[in-house]
Amino acid sequence: MTVVEPAIETSGLVKVFGETRAVDGVDLVVPAGGVYGFLGPNGAGKTTTIRMLATLVRPDAGTARVLGHDLVREPDEIRARMSLTGQYASVDEQLTGAENLILLGRLLGFSKTQAAARADELLDVFGLTEAAGKQVKDYSGGMRRRLDIAASVVVTPDLLFLDEPTTGLDPRARNQVWDVIRALVAAGTTVLLTTQYLEEADRLADRVAVIDRGRIVAEGTSGDLKRSVGSGTVHVRLSDPERRQEAERVLSGVIGGEVKPGAEPNALSVASSDLERVGSALVELSRAGIGVTGYRLDEPSLDEVFFALTGHPADVDEKGEESAA
Amino acid sequence: MSTTTPTSDVARSVPAALTSRTRPKRPGPLATTWTFTWRAMLKIKHDPDQIYSSFILPIMFTLVFTYLFGGALAGSTGDYLQFLMPGILVMTVIMINMYTGISLNTDITKGIFDRFRSLSIWRPGILVGALLGDALRYTIALVVVTALGLLLGFRPGGGVLGVLGTILFLQLFAFCLGWMWNAAGLVLKSPESVNQLSSVVLFPLVFASNVFVQPETMPGWLQVVVNVNPITHAVTAVRGLTGGTLTGEQLTWALVACGALLVVFAPLSMYLFRAKSLR
Repeated sequence: MTVVEPAIETSGLVKVFGETRAVDGVDLVVPAGGVYGFLGPNGAGKTTTIRMLATLVRPDAGTARVLGHDLVREPDEIRARMSLTGQYASVDEQLTGAENLILLGRLLGFSKTQAAARADELLDVFGLTEAAGKQVKDYSGGMRRRLDIAASVVVTPDLLFLDEPTTGLDPRARNQVWDVIRALVAAGTTVLLTTQYLEEADRLADRVAVIDRGRIVAEGTSGDLKRSVGSGTVHVRLSDPERRQEAERVLSGVIGGEVKPGAEPNALSVASSDLERVGSALVELSRAGIGVTGYRLDEPSLDEVFFALTGHPADVDEKGEESAA
Repeated sequence: MSTTTPTSDVARSVPAALTSRTRPKRPGPLATTWTFTWRAMLKIKHDPDQIYSSFILPIMFTLVFTYLFGGALAGSTGDYLQFLMPGILVMTVIMINMYTGISLNTDITKGIFDRFRSLSIWRPGILVGALLGDALRYTIALVVVTALGLLLGFRPGGGVLGVLGTILFLQLFAFCLGWMWNAAGLVLKSPESVNQLSSVVLFPLVFASNVFVQPETMPGWLQVVVNVNPITHAVTAVRGLTGGTLTGEQLTWALVACGALLVVFAPLSMYLFRAKSLR
């Protein structure tokens, strides 16, 4: 067989907490290899789905195969090949960084010496050697995250769940975490990561599933998702701000739709992904003698995608509950 | 270096560390339990304050009861101290015992419990190992409190053997009672609520026992409560051990009390543990 089995395959996964259907019929196919992004606002059901797939929570309905094993019947086979880095650092704050890694190494079956050697190696590559003897409660958020991920790769897993790995990190620490994720993928691990950050999914994930209110509302590459929404945006910059109104008429005439003035007096933008029409609009502008100093074609952001798919922006959390029309 | 170099050293060195996928053999129940015991002992090493605070209450109770009430209760403070110390030793262990529940609950709320549960390990080892690690804590506290008693004039008739026997017996008692706190740690929402429950449960249990006075002068209904209280049987056994007067009947009742706690709370804890997850 040349077809590689998917890392995760679920059908109709449901988890109910009291009245809330936290996960409400999730069908997913996560191919082996690469990064799969699980995107959605707080309370959308990302964490619950991950906790089910990581054998921590029993699904109320539906089936799932993880790394070729049935989630409910063979959890130990799955646990032996998967690692989980939870939303809050899943390391022991009272122990030192080195002790945390030795603890995990011992629980995986390494001897004392092997576990200590592996801990040293990981502390070194994750840039934590200097902090090895410090208690984790004194670590910065970024250090804690790196230790947390290091603890997940004491034995390189075939599948790694990362629940919001960069939430609360500064840009430098976030970039380091991204580098680690890329390195893991290069080493052959399948990474399933949840994120609220559209940029993160866009940068890292080969495929993305958008989850909202316990359901998958879209799935595909981030390019697919953007195309499904349709339009990108064309930004045009004029040499003469005085002629902006004139330019606006030309653009709306050729491209159609609403032309919006930009922040600067010489800027204009209009939604379109139709390159031909954009081309002819630029030709029309030059025919009318309106100088164009620059133009740029933007793909839609995942923010826009999310809004188009769900009817509400991505940063809505529980307290921002709104009754969608 | 070009501008496209990865943003950190991490990116260059991580791949090398990830190439090895050799997974060692899954550790057995003993190795798993011992690893969690080791973890509990490391916590004592890093947080000795918790040990100090565990002496304070028993020491305070010893001083207050001996010098304030001792004369009234037993005729002289010296006589009362002989009576009180065994009870205080049991109380010492009970007061530390609740930390078992608090640490378990902290593990759950902070997230590391999820990591343990996502490993392919012998799961009871998580709870059993923590209980065994606490044995070191009990030993330290018992030695300190006994030393204080000796300093104040406590003279155990059972001698060194009696005291060693007491420490050994109280380890067993604490191990069995610890399952109650494991159950509480698994059910309650936060470490604070475990702490609150412990003061609500422990003080009545300690007072409604024979720690401070013999129950003969209590009303009949209270004597019934005192007699079914496992703490009472533990205290009676410790009085027997330290005094060198332990009878077979006293020991039997004490072991029955330990067994009852274990039979009720160990399966309950394991049930609650499993109910949280798959198998």
